[in-house]
Amino acid sequence: MLSTYQYPKFEYVRPPEIAEGRDGHYPVVIVGAGPVGLCTAIDLARQGRQVLLLDNDDTVSIGSRGVCYAKRTLEVLDRLGCGEEMVQKGVSWNVGRTFFREDEVFNFNLCPEPDHHRPGMINLQQYYLEDYLVQRARKLPNLEMRFRNNVIAVTPGEDKASLRVETPDGAYTLTTDWLVVADGARSPIRTMLGLDIEGKVFMDRFLIADVVMKADFPTERWFWFDPPFHPNQSVLLHRQADNVFRIDFQLGWQADPEQEKKPENVIPRIQAMIGDDREFELEWVSVYTFQCRRMNRFNHGRVLFVGDSAHQVSPFGARGANSGIQDADNLVWKLALVMDGKAPATLLDTYGDERGFAADENIMNSTRSTDFITPKSRTSRTFRNAVLGLAEHHPFARALVNSGRLSVPSFLVDSRLNTADDAVFAGNMVPGAPMDDAPIESVGGEPWLLQVLGDRFQLLHYVADAADLDAASVAALQSLAEGPIPVEPIVVAARGRAPAGLRTLIDAKGRIRERYDLQPGTTYLARPDQHVAARWRALDPARVRAAVARATCNA
Amino acid sequence: MALNTQPNLFEPGKRYFRAFSPGDDFYEALIETHRDLSDEQSEMVNARLILLLANHIGDIAVLREAMSIARAGVVAKD
Repeated sequence: MLSTYQYPKFEYVRPPEIAEGRDGHYPVVIVGAGPVGLCTAIDLARQGRQVLLLDNDDTVSIGSRGVCYAKRTLEVLDRLGCGEEMVQKGVSWNVGRTFFREDEVFNFNLCPEPDHHRPGMINLQQYYLEDYLVQRARKLPNLEMRFRNNVIAVTPGEDKASLRVETPDGAYTLTTDWLVVADGARSPIRTMLGLDIEGKVFMDRFLIADVVMKADFPTERWFWFDPPFHPNQSVLLHRQADNVFRIDFQLGWQADPEQEKKPENVIPRIQAMIGDDREFELEWVSVYTFQCRRMNRFNHGRVLFVGDSAHQVSPFGARGANSGIQDADNLVWKLALVMDGKAPATLLDTYGDERGFAADENIMNSTRSTDFITPKSRTSRTFRNAVLGLAEHHPFARALVNSGRLSVPSFLVDSRLNTADDAVFAGNMVPGAPMDDAPIESVGGEPWLLQVLGDRFQLLHYVADAADLDAASVAALQSLAEGPIPVEPIVVAARGRAPAGLRTLIDAKGRIRERYDLQPGTTYLARPDQHVAARWRALDPARVRAAVARATCNA
Repeated sequence: MALNTQPNLFEPGKRYFRAFSPGDDFYEALIETHRDLSDEQSEMVNARLILLLANHIGDIAVLREAMSIARAGVVAKD
């Protein structure tokens, strides 16, 4: 098989604990250097924590695996300092086409709204994502990565967890104040701790093939229901980097995975799909089944589960790695505050609550997609085909066609960290909302709002002309920067520059005003993970402090 | 009134942040209505459902339009 990518081999280094014959202690240990473990480690390290990341392997993901990275994930990666290389290498796309038998029944655009920095989705082989994350991690001196370090035992304690780690040079013992478990769907640590994960297995099998093609396919997602080249099943085509195409064939439960994986069986399927005369080469083939399930709790004292170890979904909708990276986004600022003694450990319960809510939403949406794509009864299939038959001419039916509801962030509207509105606002930027991007102009030169937001609590205060900001407001805004949990004040304005060196963002195209329903005086409190914590029609520092206390479980 | 074939589903009191959510809520409920039924039972449920909805809509001109579109999609030519 052809190879467009050289898999790196990460060096194993003899751990100091073995060299010096002692136990080790670290404030935080993360197990699993997949996308979610790496993002968690990078985020904690860039916020100044000493981080140890352990992985039992010494390379990146084999095969393309996770392919689609959503807008929200790219925004998180931007905050971590490595979004740009992903977008440069990846294939950006917004258009998806859906076919039923011979005909295209409709198409959709993921990002119909202008003036957002990142596209709706990029396609990028998971090995590139991990490779770039490892490169990013290597630039952080307080992040230590140990490859071929396999955790073989975990003993949770009241104020720390103890680990036994096996290496090519033998085993050693570590203790850690906090253990973040990112060891994947089969999570050995979850099993070692005897923790349950509940849900259901879907009785279906899918063949996935990475194919290097010279064929001229556009940069779009194509989904076929019951195509002539693969009757009664579904097929999905995605373009990735390096002219590698990813094809998923639904096979049914009866298929024999070992037989189906053989090139002599795979190649005719692809030939039937693209036509015999186009040249292609197979790069990687796998057969997978999937489950939709989640742990009842994601946090267990000093042990915190993130990504696939905590929850799994069907692949329809690209909600696996995307939701795991959002777990890291949600967890890290909370863990950092708890580690600093600035918030009680109950703040970590809200990690479980908020991401559990997101996991339920992801499981619901991906289960609905699965039920539409692979109907479980004759009646269900009849309805599905009726929807597809009506979709070409009738818009209502297009809205019902479900070939995967592609990953979008959850609105955490029921979170106990939110402060409820006391005024009327239009639009979607409610407390708990993931914040919308918008173009800006600023002294710092950042062209996008989300490049300014994140990593700390921030207060966005809107006035028409920043230069007109009165002395009392300036003093009120400046006072918020004091205290154990500082809030960075930011003036958003149509024009002008705020007095006293206050950071000013110019709402260059009026999109912030439009998307956040701003009026002069409107004030938003943003969480460190770019979610709305609270908003008001006027600036009142006492209310801001109360909302910060609420958002950190200090109320 | 003409037959409305634009997306029109919603649940009173429920706020949607994603355009696909109301349609998916409905579709899930529809398929759930048929859970564990035999094909004959499902046909009967569908017939009863159509009768209930037709009476709710009331306007026979609208119903004729819907019936015509529904039939036209499954027979080559009448």
